[in-house]
Amino acid sequence: MIEVAKIIETKIDQIGRDRKALIPVLQGIVAHKNYVSKDDMVLIARELDISAADVYGTASFFSFIEEDKKGKFVIRVCKSITCDMKGRRGILKALERELRIKLGETTHDNMFTLHDVNCIGLCDKGPAMLINDEPFTHLTEEMIPKIIRKKRNHII
Amino acid sequence: MSNTKLKKVDILFSSYSVAPYEILDRMMKKDKTDIIESIIDSGLRGRGGAGFPTGLKWKFMAAEQNETKYIICNADEGEPGTFKDRKLLVDVPRKVISGMAIAAYVTNAKQGYIYLRAEYNSLIPDLEKELKIYHEYAQKFGLDFNIEIFSGSGAYICGEETALIESMEGKRGEPRNKPPFPIQDGYLGQPTLVNNVETFASVSMVCRVGSEVYKSYGTKDQHGSKLFSLSGDSPKEGVHELELGMKISDFVKEYGDGDTKAVQVGGVAGFCIPRKIFDETIIGEGNTTGGATMIFNSSRSMYNVLHNYLDFFAEESCGQCTPCRVGTQQLLKGIEAVKSGDKPASYLDDLVKLSKTMKITSKCGLGQSVTNSFSSIVENFREEMIH
Repeated sequence: MIEVAKIIETKIDQIGRDRKALIPVLQGIVAHKNYVSKDDMVLIARELDISAADVYGTASFFSFIEEDKKGKFVIRVCKSITCDMKGRRGILKALERELRIKLGETTHDNMFTLHDVNCIGLCDKGPAMLINDEPFTHLTEEMIPKIIRKKRNHII
Repeated sequence: MSNTKLKKVDILFSSYSVAPYEILDRMMKKDKTDIIESIIDSGLRGRGGAGFPTGLKWKFMAAEQNETKYIICNADEGEPGTFKDRKLLVDVPRKVISGMAIAAYVTNAKQGYIYLRAEYNSLIPDLEKELKIYHEYAQKFGLDFNIEIFSGSGAYICGEETALIESMEGKRGEPRNKPPFPIQDGYLGQPTLVNNVETFASVSMVCRVGSEVYKSYGTKDQHGSKLFSLSGDSPKEGVHELELGMKISDFVKEYGDGDTKAVQVGGVAGFCIPRKIFDETIIGEGNTTGGATMIFNSSRSMYNVLHNYLDFFAEESCGQCTPCRVGTQQLLKGIEAVKSGDKPASYLDDLVKLSKTMKITSKCGLGQSVTNSFSSIVENFREEMIH
């Protein structure tokens, strides 16, 4: 909570104590801990002098601002039509197998969350996915265990 | 109609001029009105999809008298099947930034933003590097125009310019009523010029080669070159720069896999063109010009394609206006019901009517454009919807 307060303060210093700072503030918190809790929203509301409902309304509108606790790595597999044609269903299955979770869930160690996402602009290199901000393209089912292992080892 | 051959060009991705921001430097020695007139003369239209004449938009912006004005580069490229802006920002960001700076010079704006979709966050470090170079040169040339990156947060609708502005103001990305247009009442109530990434890059190319040369590309109705994001059943997926005004049949001959059944033109908000009219359809005439082209071959189920589109629309509808919020969901449920046999085939006609009602009654382009792909798929591939 102390760190969240610091993030809010930094963003307000940069942008101003104004509603236009709201999305950068939310993004700053997501960058720090991958989601924005209800308590964080109340704090933001107080600092920006707007209602907590407004903060929640804006936060919940955007798919990259999560309101529930997420893993350290949020995986987003593209589900748009051309990635679908090139086998994104197989990629999802491979991820579910490797992580032992279903779509939408988070691993027990809070390392990975598995989501799907609308077009990420990598249609010519499909199937594609993002892990946090990092894109992965031309995916095959065989590549999945390696990618996950790499992420996991890197962090431990 | 005389010139419908497919012609490849290399303007937008051509190499930079030797001196960084040389075009900007050259333009800043010119009369502002002359620059605007030359962009009007070039016939350049907005490359985001709506196709409004760029020079005219700039003229309106220049006429606004407010002290504070904003320039926004719309890099919220969310249309499924579109990735040309990404390539421009990766390969030739200087051309995009030059276009923004020229816009600032002729319209007297002091602050600019690149509204970059969250999915493209990995591009930020390199863009920041280029912006640093830009700011050094802007200072050298005496141009008081600062550019920052504003990162989006994952909402298709924010590609709509007023929804984009709402989100920058810290609100839900719900489109505003137009008028007033952003040119009069945009970001924080100030005049705001919003152009697509490719539009800004095209402006710097118009300035580099001159409107006469630029106009020589394309047909008499559609000037210049256009980027096409090509994906699907094609051995040549990627971004292709082509002269405007070509038949789908020429396009398919060059880029198809020999078994093309349909081409989606203009992304999922555009039209699905079936094989039987490839020969009579010109890309960009009567269909949108966003440049997303997806090729489907005979092995693809058009029911699955339409289901995927509707799933997308139902999820990305901002929910503000009823026709779009409810309509997208009902269309999705409707085609599922026909497929499963719960509804008769004639129910498809009711659904087409519903989609046309959405075109008339929805507030913004999202709900208004659902009928484009819906009607074109249901009418041309009716059998596949039923069986």
